Amino acid sequence: MNEVTIKKTKEYVKKNKSIKIYVCIISILILSSIFAFLSPYDPTKIDINNKLVSPNKKHIFGTDDLGRDYFTRALYGGRVSLTVGFVSMIISMTIGTLIGAISGYFGGRIDSFLMRTVDIIMSIPSFFIILIINAYFKPGIASIILIIGLFGWTSVARIVRSETLTLKEREYVLCSKTLGGNNFWIIFRHIIPNILSTIIVSSTLNVASAILTESSLSFLGFGVVEPFSSWGSMLRNAQKYMQDAPYLAAFPGILILLTVLSFNVLGDMLRDVLDPRNIQSQKF
Amino acid sequence: MTRFVIKRIIQSIPILIIISIISFSIIRMAPGDPVKVFITPQMTYEQIERTRTRLGLDKPIYIQYFYWIKNLLKGDLGYSFINYQPVIKLIKERIGPTIGLMGISMIISVILSIALGTISAVYKDKFLDKFISKVCYIGISIPSFWFAMMLIYTFSLKFKILPSLGMRSIGVKSTLDLIKHGIMPVIVLSFPNTSILTRYIRSNVIDEMDENYVDMLRSKGLNYKRILYVHILKNSLLPVITILGMNLPSLVSGAFITESIFGWPGMGRLGVGSIFNFDYPVIMAITMLSSVMLIVGNLVSDICYSIVDPRIKLIR
Repeated sequence: MNEVTIKKTKEYVKKNKSIKIYVCIISILILSSIFAFLSPYDPTKIDINNKLVSPNKKHIFGTDDLGRDYFTRALYGGRVSLTVGFVSMIISMTIGTLIGAISGYFGGRIDSFLMRTVDIIMSIPSFFIILIINAYFKPGIASIILIIGLFGWTSVARIVRSETLTLKEREYVLCSKTLGGNNFWIIFRHIIPNILSTIIVSSTLNVASAILTESSLSFLGFGVVEPFSSWGSMLRNAQKYMQDAPYLAAFPGILILLTVLSFNVLGDMLRDVLDPRNIQSQKF
Repeated sequence: MTRFVIKRIIQSIPILIIISIISFSIIRMAPGDPVKVFITPQMTYEQIERTRTRLGLDKPIYIQYFYWIKNLLKGDLGYSFINYQPVIKLIKERIGPTIGLMGISMIISVILSIALGTISAVYKDKFLDKFISKVCYIGISIPSFWFAMMLIYTFSLKFKILPSLGMRSIGVKSTLDLIKHGIMPVIVLSFPNTSILTRYIRSNVIDEMDENYVDMLRSKGLNYKRILYVHILKNSLLPVITILGMNLPSLVSGAFITESIFGWPGMGRLGVGSIFNFDYPVIMAITMLSSVMLIVGNLVSDICYSIVDPRIKLIR
């Protein structure tokens, strides 16, 4: 964080006051999923006498078809959704950054091989991904994290590659080279730290898309399955009770929307603030 | 131009072969066994093996692949394992509804996003712009299946004005009925696309407004509205071409979530069904179809680029 960044952040927040709300939403969601155990209800305790109770003072989100407190389930579901989002983001950012930096730095045959691989992975139709999950994996949290992580790195690799291409021509890289720094030293010490802002922006947007993908896969029954639940799998269950208990479908959906929305808005803010190319255009 | 197109088509052949090899082996090496669908408890081991031979699954993978390629070149995509119908016939039945649904929602997204993007750029930082960009944020963040569920709840369950399932009511053959069935799927499909395109067009129009040619045209005394609608807008439409090119495969492969929720008899539902049943010939056909469309989409968008922007030359 240098002075310019802080100044730009202040300026941005002044211009877009609503950004504070989105930061608050993200913090509340993260904190509440960490401290979900503080809820007085057990998310798995079945109470048939109290099934499908509409939201009231005791159960603020009501109860589901097995009489479980829906608010507590939503908290634990958020824990799963956010975990999947963050862990798969870390996987895809790591692979994407490494492949992109290697591809851009070494160039030549390595570059064209890696970039053609990226092209091929990007051209795999999305329904094929479901097929792979259905055929090779058992639905579960670990496999969904792996799948989203392993398919989400391609766009990151492209961005990192193009940044690396310009950075590797800089004088300090040349200097490090003449002083005898080896290639991997240069990549980890000089190139990756200098594209950190780009990486931060893409990882924020990556979390948003990972959460969205997880919820769709879980909704189709290929993602998180019982006894665990995520917001997506809660919606899958809620589909059966649309007529009698529409609130079962409303709450998890609103939570997904808010989370993804907040990460998208935050990502755009970070891009405006951190991108060095915006410095000239904003005239400081 | 013709030479460029021919060259690109020849270049795409090895890519298609690689994609077909990869997808063929991923499908065939999967642990799920399609013969299981046919097994009944009374079947003997011999009968099971006979079924396997009849489906051509007893030979090594590479031989199966060559058979598949040979038949493909003859225009034969094989038969579905599930209902023994030719895959071509299945696709012919399903592709019409999908092209209709995806095509209409694409056209709506393009028209709406050009209008909204331009309005947003002209009224930059005003209330209207802020409102449009808020709605666009929701559009890119909303889970499509949840949006569909909420629409079904509001319009089908609560107000009972729109049917929630299928493409036509049984026994009714009117256009109005078809439109009524199509409204909600089209809304669900076009909301995210419109939002993405609007954001691109807005930022492009804003960038183009600062270009030198705009000042030049104004100094020549041209009406600003004319500059905006004719010159700026024409130059801002490049991203639309790229995104439409990228979306071309979905025109034939459909939208599996939206089609499943609304029971739309299209390719997306065919695809999801074939995955559940390990129906290899259908899966392969859909994969190859969408890969071909992807390559065609890239080619068409490259050609369109060179027509819209003469600075880009079709090289190689």
